[in-house]
Amino acid sequence: MFHALANPARFLRLMAVIRPWAAGVAIVGLAAGLGWGLLYSPPDYQQGETVRIMYIHVPAAWMGMFIYAAMAVASATALIWRHPVAELVAKASAPVGAVFTLICLLTGALWGKPMWGAWWVWDARLTSMLILFFIYLGYMALWEAFDDPARAGRAAAILALVGAVNLPIIKFSVDWWNTMHQPASVLTLAGPKIHPDILWPLLITALGAKGYYVWLLTLRVRAEILSRQARILRFAAATDRRAD
Amino acid sequence: MSAFLAIVGRDLRLGFGAQGAMLTTLLFFVLAVSLFPLGVGPEPQILARIAAGVIWVAALLAAMLSLDRLFQTDQEDGTLDLLAQAPLPLGLVALAKTLAHWLTTGLPLSLIAPLLAILLQMDGAAIPVLLAALLLGTPSLSLIGAIGAALTLGAKRGAVLVPLLTLPLVIPVLIFGVGAVEAASYGLTAGPHLLLLGAFLAGALALSPFAIAGAIKLALE
Repeated sequence: MFHALANPARFLRLMAVIRPWAAGVAIVGLAAGLGWGLLYSPPDYQQGETVRIMYIHVPAAWMGMFIYAAMAVASATALIWRHPVAELVAKASAPVGAVFTLICLLTGALWGKPMWGAWWVWDARLTSMLILFFIYLGYMALWEAFDDPARAGRAAAILALVGAVNLPIIKFSVDWWNTMHQPASVLTLAGPKIHPDILWPLLITALGAKGYYVWLLTLRVRAEILSRQARILRFAAATDRRAD
Repeated sequence: MSAFLAIVGRDLRLGFGAQGAMLTTLLFFVLAVSLFPLGVGPEPQILARIAAGVIWVAALLAAMLSLDRLFQTDQEDGTLDLLAQAPLPLGLVALAKTLAHWLTTGLPLSLIAPLLAILLQMDGAAIPVLLAALLLGTPSLSLIGAIGAALTLGAKRGAVLVPLLTLPLVIPVLIFGVGAVEAASYGLTAGPHLLLLGAFLAGALALSPFAIAGAIKLALE
C-alpha cells in the first residue's frame, strides 16, 4: 500500500477518490462550525462578542502546527524511503500551513487589540506561532533556491526534520522566556473548562479546516506532479530538437 | 583523529589568514554593539538593562556572517569532493570544519564580549556569566548554522538564505544566553540557564553532524 503510493499515477487516482469527500467535510464543517460559532454560540461572560474570533484563531493555530507535523512525517518518509510523492506532499503542504499560521497571527492581533489593548503582545503562544511562520518561510525559500527539484526536495526535507526536532525546544524556551519577562497572560478561555456550546462549534470548525487542508493538498499535489511531468516533457522535447 | 586535526588546522590557517573572515566578523560584532548606544541613547540604566540582549543578538548575527562560505569555497575548488573521499566519516569532516568555524568566530567573539559588556555598563557580577554563556552557546550557533550552510550549497542567494533558515532555529540559545546574564545581574543563580545552554549544545553536537553530512552528500551528487 505504502510503496504502491510512490507511483504518481496511482497516487493521483487515490487523490481523485479522496478529493470530493475532503471537499464535503471542508464545506460542511466550516459552514456548520463557523455558522454555529459566529452566529448562535453564546458570548463569553468576560470577553463578550470578541470571543468569536476564537472560532477562526484556534483552528488556524491547530492547523499551523498540524500541517508542520504532517510535513515532517512526509519529509522523513521522503528521505528514508526515497518516496518521491511524499516529498511533493511536504512541498504542497508548506504554503497551506504558512497561511493558516498567518491567519492565526492576524486574528491574534485583532483579538489582542480589544483584550490586551495592543495589536501585538509578546505572549508565549503568539511568539511561538511567529517563529513557526518564519520556519515555514525558510522552508519554502529553500525549495525555491535550487533549479534542480530533486536537490531542492531533499534539502528541504532535511530542513523540515531539523525544524521538527527543534520546534519543541523553541516552544519550551519561548514559554520559559515569557514567564521570565511577563506575568501570566490575561487570555483564559473562560477558565480551564470550555462550555460545550463553545467547544462544539470549535471542534467542528477544526474538523472542517482539516478537510479543507486535505482538499487543497489533493489539488496541489496533483498540480506538482503534473508540472514535474510537464518539465520532463519539455526537457525531452528540447533534447529531441537538439538531436534533429 | 589526525585527519580530523588536519582539517581543523587547515581551516584555521585559512581563517586567520588575510583572506579569512575572523577579523571581519569580530569587527562587525564590535561595530554592531557600538551602534546601540547611538540608537537608544547613552543613559547608563537603559544600556545596562539591554546590554545582555544587544550582545547576544549581535553575536547571533556575527556568527551568521561567514557561514555561507563554510563549505562553499571548498565545494567550488573541489576540496569538498576530496574530503568526502577521505577515510574519515563525512559527519566528522563536517564537525572538524564546524569546530574551525567556531574557533575563528564564536571563540574570539566570546573573548571580546566582556569588554563590550563594560562599555554597555553591564553589572560586574554578570560579566563572567556572559563569558561562560557565550562560550557554551556560540558552538551551537556554529553547529546549527553549518546545517544551513550545507543545505544551501549551490543555492541561488545562498548568503541571504543561511540566516533565514538558521536564525529561527537558534532562538533557544538567545533566550537561555540572555536569561543566564540577566539572572546573574539580578543576583539570582545562572546555573539553570547555563545547564540548558549546555544541553542544547550536547544535542546539537550529537545530531547536527548527521544533518550536515546528509546535506553535503546531496550537494556532491
